[in-house]
Amino acid sequence: MPVAGALGIEAVAMTKRFGDFVALDDVSLKVAAGSFHALLGENGAGKSTLVKCIMGYYRPDQGAVIVGDRERSIDNPRAAHALGLGMVYQHFTLVPAMTVAENLVLARAELPAIVDWRRESEALEGFLARMPFRVPLDVKVSALSAGERQKCEILKQLYLERRLLILDEPTSVLTPPEADEMLGLLRGLSDRGEITVLMITHKFREVMAFADEVTILRRGRLAAQGKVADLTPDDMARSMIGAEELTAAPARLDRRGEARLEIRHLAALDDGGQPAVRDLSLSVHAGEIVGVAGVSGNGQRELVEVLAGQREASAGEIRIGGEAYHATRDEMRRHKFSCLPEEPLRNACVGRMSVAENLAFREFDRPPFAFGGVWLRKSRFREEAEGKIRRYRIKTRSPETPVGMLSGGNVQRTVLARELGERVEVMISANPCFGLDFSAVAQIHAEIIAARNRGAAVLLVSGDLDEILEIADRIVVMFNGRLVHETPAGRADLVEIGRHMAGH
Amino acid sequence: MAIAIGDKLAGRAALGDRLRQAAEGVVIPTLALIAAMILFGIFVAVSRVDPLELYAVMYRGAFGTWFSWQNTLTRAAPLILTALCTALPAQLGMVIIGGEGALVMGGLAATAAALALPGAPPLAVQLAMALAGMTAGGLWIALAGGLRHYRGVNETISSLLLVYIAIALLNHLVEGPMRDPASLNKPSTRAIGAANMIGSIPGTDIHWGLVFGIIAAVLAYFLVYRTTFGFAARIAGGNMRAAKVVGLAVGRLVLAMCFLGGAAAGLAGMIEIAAVHGRANGNLAAGLGTTGILVAFLARHNPLAVIPVAVLLGGIGASGGLIQRRLGLPDASVMVLQGIIFLMVLASDALYGRIRFFAPRGG
Repeated sequence: MPVAGALGIEAVAMTKRFGDFVALDDVSLKVAAGSFHALLGENGAGKSTLVKCIMGYYRPDQGAVIVGDRERSIDNPRAAHALGLGMVYQHFTLVPAMTVAENLVLARAELPAIVDWRRESEALEGFLARMPFRVPLDVKVSALSAGERQKCEILKQLYLERRLLILDEPTSVLTPPEADEMLGLLRGLSDRGEITVLMITHKFREVMAFADEVTILRRGRLAAQGKVADLTPDDMARSMIGAEELTAAPARLDRRGEARLEIRHLAALDDGGQPAVRDLSLSVHAGEIVGVAGVSGNGQRELVEVLAGQREASAGEIRIGGEAYHATRDEMRRHKFSCLPEEPLRNACVGRMSVAENLAFREFDRPPFAFGGVWLRKSRFREEAEGKIRRYRIKTRSPETPVGMLSGGNVQRTVLARELGERVEVMISANPCFGLDFSAVAQIHAEIIAARNRGAAVLLVSGDLDEILEIADRIVVMFNGRLVHETPAGRADLVEIGRHMAGH
Repeated sequence: MAIAIGDKLAGRAALGDRLRQAAEGVVIPTLALIAAMILFGIFVAVSRVDPLELYAVMYRGAFGTWFSWQNTLTRAAPLILTALCTALPAQLGMVIIGGEGALVMGGLAATAAALALPGAPPLAVQLAMALAGMTAGGLWIALAGGLRHYRGVNETISSLLLVYIAIALLNHLVEGPMRDPASLNKPSTRAIGAANMIGSIPGTDIHWGLVFGIIAAVLAYFLVYRTTFGFAARIAGGNMRAAKVVGLAVGRLVLAMCFLGGAAAGLAGMIEIAAVHGRANGNLAAGLGTTGILVAFLARHNPLAVIPVAVLLGGIGASGGLIQRRLGLPDASVMVLQGIIFLMVLASDALYGRIRFFAPRGG
């Protein structure tokens, strides 16, 4: 029986290089046993790299890890597990088709060839009785809500007798109440000295409410470290961003016009043929940003795919400017339709084609790119691209670089430059800032608001409620394929929205 | 000024990346070819034949003399066209392996067109044959494309199965409705007539099919890389979801690309009739379509690269007779070599992006 109780950990002067790129530069981190430590930073700041070095996924070029009071060399995740370190990921690692009990038992490192399920479930009941929260053991994971699944993930770590939990943005798929509940449980466990928590996050609210200490990384270096009680969110934000100039969002003009995009009784099926969007009606007016909030997986993706032309609607209709809309190229042009889908490399770009070519996807069959609508004029691709690369600050080595080699922010800037290059009247945008750094987010938000000010009807679907609260004029909540709540952004009530996101 | 210089440097770096990328596309298939030759060398060594002597004989049989060159180029002509049947739909990310079926249908339709126009001027007959052959082959592969796009049927399987249907149709027609009663040993249709044959390039024994093949490959290259149609196809082939987001009519692209690929193979069938056999019979299904798949894959589906690769494969085929006579190996041995090459080329696909030297340095 291994020693129980929380485990302290210290990373000393960790450095990790990938080729010429220094992902982690001489970062030290000390997490006291039984504390709740937050690791803050923008995307690409080195948070994941640091954690992966601790967990043995990466081998640091320099530095050491001290677990408890001894220096340990952790060569692979199994070694980390043996020391009592466990990790909970942003995405679930449970097998959906199995019950909770099966998932827990099968996660064990050593499993007998024949599992005596009766004895195991007795042992599990005994284990659960000691836990501060319960989950139903005989239910299939696929039937659990996101919050319950995340609880199972934590329970699994405790069942495996991990004494230090590293959580990588554990609340990103949860509603605010679910997130609070889960973090509260973790907080309780650490207060009782049962586990130590190291949580990667980018949400200040969670840091302020639950963490004792915080470490902030910026561009692979240690930017700040200290007790949460001594810091304000503003201090933390400054440490995260540094002296970088952010694009200021333009002032919002009140230019709400006629209904431009109308969705009537729309229904769509998901990939498995199950209803994903059910009888959804919504109109977006000119000069308005409508934010669609909701926990991901409630039909938002299918809704966006129908609007973008990637999926057939099974019922209902879409009208733009009073005309029926079927996402053909002609209609997109006539209605000045543009789309910023999520995961731009998967949805809006061809990774092996160049930046210049990707920038021309909307216009390549018209002058100046094409001669007579048939013959491509290669030189114009480069010229047009150079202007857009400068205007949208796309960091690329040349217009001929394959877009797949750019960083996420620059791929999204490329799509932004293409989609906003011409006048826009209708814009569909889905998680446009997912995984991007502050400067890219600020620029994208500023461009979306500018398009709105010019009279565009913008539909913004986002899993990030803060993003919606920040730039939407009107908020609707999507749950189980339907819109269940609507409120003007000015009078939005976070509790009310959270309740509807969870389907209550 | 500084920016301009920076741009120029960046341009040069990108050029370096492009060269590295192009080199990757040449070096890896070449490595696959060499690996296949080593394996085949072991295979013949087991039969007590010296591999080095074998390759020397093969070289002479394929490229050693003017006679062998003519043989090689004659064999290469239909391979260029059937390779396009795989290479063109491949731009859309489709794997079509039914070139043989399109060739057979093209040959049948061309024969039917010639037999339906007795007494017409030869040029008109030849044009009608080419049109009929291309249409039939094109529709045959467009059928596989349509099944894929509108019904979700895997195009590789359907195009392969369509080959068997085409061959069954050929057998049915040449043994039944279209049979020439005078053809006793080998059921065939009536001959299209010597006047309607397309003949050879003057001063050679190479028929005009080679010229048609080269023209088709060059046209295909420009279609893919220089026209808006090809650009749209490359978007859809690179990422179907992105193509839909920008509103491209993907279904039309699929049908058109498959039709063009099938039309190339259909033209190969027409040439087989009008330049070689003079009538349709079982000889039409001689595996040219199948070898075309190999050519397309070795050429990485680049229509221009198809030409030299077809010549290479034509040469391997041409050397079969000589290695039989000189080394006592069955002439089907070259089919073994072809098979090994195909396996190696498919396996070498896993190497792309893995060899550090070819990795782009841009950022």
